[in-house]
Amino acid sequence: MRLRGSDLTCVRGGREVFRGLAFTVEAGEALVVTGPNGAGKSSLLRMVAGLVRPQQGQLELEDGDPELSISEHVHYLGHQDALKPSLSVRENLGFWAALLGGGGEKSEVALAAVGLAGLAPLPAIYLSAGQRRRLAVARLMAVERPIWLLDEPTSTLDAAAQTILADLMRAHLAGRGLILVASHGPIGLDGVKELRLGQQQSKQRTQPP
Amino acid sequence: MTALCALFIRDLRLAVRVGGGALIGVLFFLVVVTLMPFAIGPDLGLLARMGPAILWLGALLASLLALDRLLATDHEDGSLDLILTARVPLELAVAVKALAHWLTTGLPLVVSSPLLGLLLNLEAKASGAVALTLLAGTPALTFIGLIGAALTVALRRGGLLLAILVLPLTIPVLIFGVAASNAAIAGPVPFGAPFGILCALTLISLVIGPIAAAVALRQGLE
Repeated sequence: MRLRGSDLTCVRGGREVFRGLAFTVEAGEALVVTGPNGAGKSSLLRMVAGLVRPQQGQLELEDGDPELSISEHVHYLGHQDALKPSLSVRENLGFWAALLGGGGEKSEVALAAVGLAGLAPLPAIYLSAGQRRRLAVARLMAVERPIWLLDEPTSTLDAAAQTILADLMRAHLAGRGLILVASHGPIGLDGVKELRLGQQQSKQRTQPP
Repeated sequence: MTALCALFIRDLRLAVRVGGGALIGVLFFLVVVTLMPFAIGPDLGLLARMGPAILWLGALLASLLALDRLLATDHEDGSLDLILTARVPLELAVAVKALAHWLTTGLPLVVSSPLLGLLLNLEAKASGAVALTLLAGTPALTFIGLIGAALTVALRRGGLLLAILVLPLTIPVLIFGVAASNAAIAGPVPFGAPFGILCALTLISLVIGPIAAAVALRQGLE
């Protein structure tokens, strides 16, 4: 499986965010999108998720499921955790598992993996910011999807949770998955490709190991 | 199918839990209708004549009041983004949401209308006619409102704009709803004609609402 974007231009609110952007991610690869605030990291991830329309350029997925669109292949972990405060932790995760993947068998395992098993019956309104983020991360485990789009995934996560997330990402890459991460800091993976967004340069290079 | 069931059950749960707002519409309906006899005065004949119109007007306003919860909350917390990446057609997803919304906000209005009819000196037959026309007509209000909700989803606190946007489109439903009720109570028009048109309006909105709302949501992406 290979995700390729070519000559992508993004305009939001009449302002050009980036132009002529090209990138390729192969199965088993992670691409870290970096750049200053406002460089278009989130916009790029939302574009891949099908939530922002490219002004020009193309996104292609090779060897994907031809029945599905690119956005139906992705897990989108955005800035918002998409949790309902009045539903319990288990109900929140179970709902997303059923909606995104058609099954909730792995929800309990996922909850245990992110350390929220003991809080499962609690309404989500009582969760802290970090716990809300952990619950959002549990979605990645509960439903299998080949492309992960993670927007600042480590924000509000503590060290233990960052390790859990890094392990999850490693396992996903080992299973021939694709990951696009927008991040300012280290994400705990070695030898990943970097896509630097900025005013002038928007070309892809491989980070020295 | 599992996905749509999950969405349906989740929306029902959200509506009946704390802060879900399922009862806000009914309470508003109650307030509007109970205030009417005080404003109009103790003329029982006049109240009975105006009853169907007052009940329909109250139900219409109560429906509009609840509409901004239909999609806006999902947009605010990022749920709508994820629903867009689900492997279900967006048209069906919004239709399921609207159905759950009607069950929790529209149906309680229908159920409570005979009770409120007592306050307006409506006879049993008249109350039944109003309840029947509300049952046939309120789904149209929700599904027409769905279009407005999709158009105004990105606006914070767009509730009033939404109501103003949707109101003109709901006027035919109001006209034929009240006409059918009055036809059943007093005649001389047969009940079937306006009631048939009311049902037709509902059926049309059931089809057009989800399709137009899905188009509006996709266009709203930026």
